[in-house]
Amino acid sequence: MTEHAFDLECIDVSRQFGSVRAVDNVSLSIPRGSFFSILGPSGCGKTTLMRMIAGFENPDHGDIRIKGKSVLKAAPNKRNVKMVFQHLALFPMMNVHDNIAYGLRCAGVPAAEITRKVQDVLERVALPDVAKRDIQQLSGGQKQRIAIARCMVLDPDVLLLDEPLGALDLKLREAMKIELKLLQHQFNTTFVYITHDQSEALVMSDQVAVMNQGRFEQVGTPQMLYQQPETAFVAGFVGDANLWHGKVESMTELGAVLRTPAGTALQARLAGSQRCRVGDEVNIYTRPEFMSVLPSGGETSNNAGTRGTAGADNVLEGRVDSVLFNGANSRLLIRTAEQALVEADVTLTGGSDDIKPGEAVKLQWSMQQTLCFPASAAQAS
Amino acid sequence: MVDAADSVLPCICGTGELIAVGSDIRKLSLLLLFLPFSLWILLLIILPHVGMVVLSLREKVAPRVYEFGFGNYIDFFMEPIYWNTLIRTGLMSLLVTFLALLIGFPVAYYIAKLAGNRTKGMLFMLCLIPLWVSDLIRAFGWILLLRESGIISSFLMSSGLIDTPIEFLYTDATVIMGLVYTVMLFMIVPLVSTLDGMDNAMIEAGYNLGGNGFTVLRRIIIPYAMPGIVSGCIVVFMMTAGSYLTPILMGGKNSSWFTEQIYDQFISRYNWESGAAFGFLLLAFTSVVVWLGLKLSGQTLSSTVAKS
Amino acid sequence: MLIRGTGSGAGSVLFKLYVLAFFIFLAAPLLAAGMFAFNDSQFPSLPWQGFTLDWFFNDTEPKLGMFHDRRLLRGLNVSFMIAVSVALLSVFVGTCNAFLFVRGRFPGKNFFYILMVLPLVIPGVILGISILALASNVANGVEEAYNLELEFLRPGLLLVILGQFSFITTITSLVITARLKKFDISLEEAAFNLGASRAGVLRTITLPFLRPAMIAAGIVAFLVSFENFNTTLFLVGSDAPLTITMYDRMVKVGSTPVLNAVSVFLMLGSGVLALISLLVQRDKPKT
Repeated sequence: MTEHAFDLECIDVSRQFGSVRAVDNVSLSIPRGSFFSILGPSGCGKTTLMRMIAGFENPDHGDIRIKGKSVLKAAPNKRNVKMVFQHLALFPMMNVHDNIAYGLRCAGVPAAEITRKVQDVLERVALPDVAKRDIQQLSGGQKQRIAIARCMVLDPDVLLLDEPLGALDLKLREAMKIELKLLQHQFNTTFVYITHDQSEALVMSDQVAVMNQGRFEQVGTPQMLYQQPETAFVAGFVGDANLWHGKVESMTELGAVLRTPAGTALQARLAGSQRCRVGDEVNIYTRPEFMSVLPSGGETSNNAGTRGTAGADNVLEGRVDSVLFNGANSRLLIRTAEQALVEADVTLTGGSDDIKPGEAVKLQWSMQQTLCFPASAAQAS
Repeated sequence: MVDAADSVLPCICGTGELIAVGSDIRKLSLLLLFLPFSLWILLLIILPHVGMVVLSLREKVAPRVYEFGFGNYIDFFMEPIYWNTLIRTGLMSLLVTFLALLIGFPVAYYIAKLAGNRTKGMLFMLCLIPLWVSDLIRAFGWILLLRESGIISSFLMSSGLIDTPIEFLYTDATVIMGLVYTVMLFMIVPLVSTLDGMDNAMIEAGYNLGGNGFTVLRRIIIPYAMPGIVSGCIVVFMMTAGSYLTPILMGGKNSSWFTEQIYDQFISRYNWESGAAFGFLLLAFTSVVVWLGLKLSGQTLSSTVAKS
Repeated sequence: MLIRGTGSGAGSVLFKLYVLAFFIFLAAPLLAAGMFAFNDSQFPSLPWQGFTLDWFFNDTEPKLGMFHDRRLLRGLNVSFMIAVSVALLSVFVGTCNAFLFVRGRFPGKNFFYILMVLPLVIPGVILGISILALASNVANGVEEAYNLELEFLRPGLLLVILGQFSFITTITSLVITARLKKFDISLEEAAFNLGASRAGVLRTITLPFLRPAMIAAGIVAFLVSFENFNTTLFLVGSDAPLTITMYDRMVKVGSTPVLNAVSVFLMLGSGVLALISLLVQRDKPKT
């Protein structure tokens, strides 16, 4: 491997604000040309981490390397890391051309070349005719693309994006997700994308780092994060999940049997590298799409009207509290005997066999789809 | 979604000035920014006022011979004309402030809440126009209107309502009206800007929850507008108490405004020591009134005047 | 009380009449001061003698127009010089103050902020006498000790400028501070991120953003300085600005229509400036 294999590396980076450890010993290395997301809730330190990469903050210790070279000594205006801001920060007093030309002018590029480069980058973001427009005349999606063009015209080593889709409405946000991914392919530049929205991170990224309380919980492909969460936080934060709390009663070859405070016995497999012993407090997670919903008293292998094809390691009786209709992604809220609400995905066809509120149902799901984490590590709600 | 905690943290701890700057540069630029401010406040505000107090404590015992003492203040309290004038100035200023609030509030409310968007801007501009015209011209206009040979008197004569010309000038009522006129804008501007920031839904909710016009005014609108009201009142009171032109021109030589006494001591009698004492008394007196007003209304200087 | 949309009926009409009456009250003295500038009479009073522009342009006594009246023109010139100096100085210091109080972090900031606002509520007369007294004391002291006459500390242009500057700076500081508070700091970060130098960011991003407020503050400062009387009265030397010249004439000579002509001239000038300040402050729609 050459030293340029990674466009961006952070090594043991920490940053403390007063008594708060905003970023706590974070290390990452991002290969060339990939789309890397940092996903985490508000206040998890992801913005601070990005501001350190851009140079707006200095780490208390650790090193940040771009293309193998440490940039800690470089001022933000000397780093070849460009940033798309949360509210884009397009300069309102300049038109599109001047916004994009700003960085080139700062670098002292000759005027003729500026014109050519600006036109070139505008074509690449598919907005060839807006150069003379004012920023205020652009639509939300166009502003987005101009903000990216303004950075890309400088040919950065890494492009940082700080929740740039946050201000857009839902429809546009969905469209922009795809567009961002395409732009990243086209420019073939490393994108580091900060977001608290898991669907943005999952859809666009090659790799996602889930961040919580200043630390990386897990780094991996979107599939890995979703299917094999290594920590309770990741299990709870990425995707939806039902959560039970309980005490381990016995350990089997495949996993653990635990009992909830209300007395229900549930089976779960241990997630990732987690360990636990009999008597430990644990939390277990199951995704709504893995739950099968059957009419009460029906046979356990009957899957009618549900999506799950799972086995029946765990079974719960309950009553449908409400139906959240959303076409193919409809969901049931089921109140179980112990008065907990459990979510389960169903497909509602509109036929007479659809489940209705108030019906008594049986829930069943496989222990393979049930992940167990020691409770001490669980922070997610 | 704004990543609130993330973005607040650097602001608390950084300078908000450009980022990752060496702390030496940061200190230097702070110092450079502080320099004009401190020169201004120190040389033109603090030192002159300290000087004024020191000057007021000098007694003239012989030509060019001075002694430290409270003589100038004692003179003030021994001579009823002086302190009567101060009390009179204070009372009339309070009256002017009250009248300006009473007259201005409905107008401000109309501009902020009732007028359509276009008329709103226009009315607000109309309100500001007299602000750009000197006190002197405004007072001059009133003189032309109100004096014996003035427009109103002539008009009444020609319409046959009166037989002999009437002198409207040189009465206390005229002085008060002139002062109300002069300071009105400083009442309306803060009122409009506070009322403008008030959500109409609050008033609607007030009605919706069963309030009548008066309760809504008393319980919702006035409490909301309080910072604006207090700010307007402070500025208006200080301006009135410190005004000079309007009382002199519209009240004549007998208007007995305290600033005239100061002018008199300073310019006519060339008794700077006693003039300085009078100036300090005016400042102390008005400050106490403003302080009392703030205490009574539960506001602070920074929540009112400093906010505008 | 009513809110928009519910206004109808007698109450609403009365309210409108009240507002109308108020604006007539506001306009009355200005109209009165203005109209006699065009009356072909020796005195600014009725009856109306016919329209004339003599009080502006006539060059002979007894109806000497304002543009031929040496003393008035000199006053105008002095006022103009004072106002321009005060505007430039106070906008400069006001801009520094805005950066100091919006960006700076230092102990006692609130206290200093109150100090900054204070001059606005100190009566102008007191500002005038305190500055006069201090300057004279210093000048006297220097004269006695070193036998040196510091002419600039005696009543005159410099003291007038300093006296007006002392409270007008509060106004400009407040105007510019309000604008700087609205500035989105990420614009500076973006410019910095795109490779601009510190000075470049200030020149290309921050100052252009502040420019409307600086122009507006400058115009306000100019106008307030131009019309100031109370503070100026104590500090004025041999070069009297226009308001003082007009006042002297009003008190000593009695009012003549030439003063009305000056009033019209000033009203027009102020109106134009006020309009400009409104136009530059009008924000483009937000991004």
